[in-house]
Amino acid sequence: MKIGLFIPCYINQLYPQVGISTFQLLQQYGEVEYPISQTCCGQPMANSGCENDSIGAIKVFKKAFEKYDIVIGPSASCVLHLREHGVNIFPSAKEVIDKTYDLTEFLFDIIKIKHINATFPHKVALHKSCHGLRGMRLESCSERVKRAPDKQKKLLKLVDKIKLVSPSRADECCGFGGTFSVTEKDVSVQMGNDRLADYIHNGAEYITSGDMSCLMHLEGLIKRQKLNIKVIHMAEILASNKVMVPEEKEILETSNIH
Amino acid sequence: MEKGNSTHPVGAEAFNKDKKRVAWHDKALWFVREKRDKAAHQIPEWEQLRELAAQIKAHTLSQLDLYLEQFEKNALKNGIHIHWAKDAEEHNTIIADILENHQAKKVVKSKSMLTEECGLNPFLEQRNIEVIDTDLGERIVQLADEKPSHIVLPAIHKKKEEVGALFHQHLHTQKGASDPAYLTQEARKHLRTKFLNADAAITGVNFAVANTGGFVVCTNEGNVDMGANLAKVHIACMGIEKLVPSQEHLGVFLRLLARSATGQPITTYSSHFHRPKKGREIHIILVDNGRTNQLAKPDFKSSLNCIRCGACMNTCPVYRRSGGHSYNYSIPGPIGAILSPGKDLKKYSSLPFASTLCGSCTDVCPVKIDIHTQLYKWRQIIGKEGHLPKGKKTVMQLTGKVMGQSKTFSMMSAIGKKILGGPKVLAYNALNPWTEDRDLPSPNFTFKDWYKKNKNNE
Repeated sequence: MKIGLFIPCYINQLYPQVGISTFQLLQQYGEVEYPISQTCCGQPMANSGCENDSIGAIKVFKKAFEKYDIVIGPSASCVLHLREHGVNIFPSAKEVIDKTYDLTEFLFDIIKIKHINATFPHKVALHKSCHGLRGMRLESCSERVKRAPDKQKKLLKLVDKIKLVSPSRADECCGFGGTFSVTEKDVSVQMGNDRLADYIHNGAEYITSGDMSCLMHLEGLIKRQKLNIKVIHMAEILASNKVMVPEEKEILETSNIH
Repeated sequence: MEKGNSTHPVGAEAFNKDKKRVAWHDKALWFVREKRDKAAHQIPEWEQLRELAAQIKAHTLSQLDLYLEQFEKNALKNGIHIHWAKDAEEHNTIIADILENHQAKKVVKSKSMLTEECGLNPFLEQRNIEVIDTDLGERIVQLADEKPSHIVLPAIHKKKEEVGALFHQHLHTQKGASDPAYLTQEARKHLRTKFLNADAAITGVNFAVANTGGFVVCTNEGNVDMGANLAKVHIACMGIEKLVPSQEHLGVFLRLLARSATGQPITTYSSHFHRPKKGREIHIILVDNGRTNQLAKPDFKSSLNCIRCGACMNTCPVYRRSGGHSYNYSIPGPIGAILSPGKDLKKYSSLPFASTLCGSCTDVCPVKIDIHTQLYKWRQIIGKEGHLPKGKKTVMQLTGKVMGQSKTFSMMSAIGKKILGGPKVLAYNALNPWTEDRDLPSPNFTFKDWYKKNKNNE
């Protein structure tokens, strides 16, 4: 299987280690390639009411990924955007978008992994990103009577020594919301701080998620306030025996580049 | 990014100045949301019930003209007076005329979001008619000279101490009193005299039944019944979307409404009106006021499914932390944010952006309005019609250009890395207001850098 690795723009720029973990995870299942011409899914423009300004991005996406059997990205949000809106925005990208999946979907639904060689001896809270939760139904949702398969939770439970902790509000939004985080800064920050207080109160050492954008917002608040909790993308936990534990990561990153 | 005509962020910023109040408001409404969850989870067929309700609404709206005529015919047969109002002004004028014909000077009014939408109270007050809101929450905001901040819980933004002070000022209750039982009792006494002396009662309509010509009004306080049964004239104001085809459909909605609104199995009072008593009159005003415009928009017509339960407000993390007044529209919250642009796109252009598109509103909606999808679609229309703040539009155009060209993207990515890796003060100035409260990581390589270097070693 020839896998096209889709690394969302902000992950490429701000969280390269998430890209590395995803790359290393996927390598077990096929020949993975990162087409370097890729840019972005176009969601920032489209969610801001500027779908037309996002056509170029989807065109680039189509061109970069059409030659692969399957396209995988570590972001429910970007993949969902392509699926729900990308096809409308640039219809000829449909074929590529139809074979584009979020990492959780790939591991749970396509590979159907039952074991994973990963160890993460920490208390971890799963932050269910709204687009994964409600858009893709990866997890059960507190307001819905119908239950979902809880794919992310099941994947995390495969990890050795991990201890999952539950927040008091099972699935409230973190308040990122793309440009919402800037245009509605006050509410956005309040939402983020409320989530953090909940995770900290329930004893989590780490907050994990299938979407780094939520975690970027939360980490921004954590670092500014010097709070005692960390964020980590699910891919990093699932690849923990491949990339090394987060504490050692900095050394690896430095040695790789310099 | 400039705030431009964004009224919601301005209101939200003001609300967020008092952090304790925000936390209290959030908690109060979350409590209601949790009650709703519990009530919903007690009905195993909940999701099917929602689907059924959505289909009944979709069907009714697809033949609204026929059902409205059927309703009119049956209501007239029952001796009810029917009036048609194309807009708020007609609605208000019709009511003023009815009241004048009966020389009615004192009016009691139960909760009706439609009369809020039409600005009925100030219209009647200007004509020297006393209008007393008889729903406790509405009476509170009326005494405070404010507007409801929630459609089911109009005074949810007020603390009991504030209500106590307000009642002390207007109803001469004990100074400093804040005991809800005492305050409610005093409000009850005050309202009793208003009910007994009213010349006319105005109510809303929750559901109207086409095949009977009857209608249902739901309350927890019985104020509809006190008003409508005591006064000589009962005027019921209803939006034309309130119809259901027949009596058997009512049960679906009555099961959904109170569970979604407050977590109760049913409202304390579900009052059915079919015909006036001898010597009395019932008038129904059927109001369009923009509804047929919304109905003509395929992407947005299902917003008319709304049964005004308020569940989307209680679940909305933005509403809970910005308060109903920040929306500056008679119906706040997610549903208000998809109804208001149909009324005045420019004026309400910030409302569809007052959301992270988390989608919880869509999930709780008992009539399955795809609220968050409609928010997204309104955003596109606002963008196309040129009502975005100028700075935002420019930034998006530029971002679109960068993302549309691999080479430009790489170049900008390299510049971005330099900026983020450079002195924080420079980087953070450029990224304000993200960085007023949040840091950003500043890795010294991008994933692309790493990949180029390592792809062959892996």
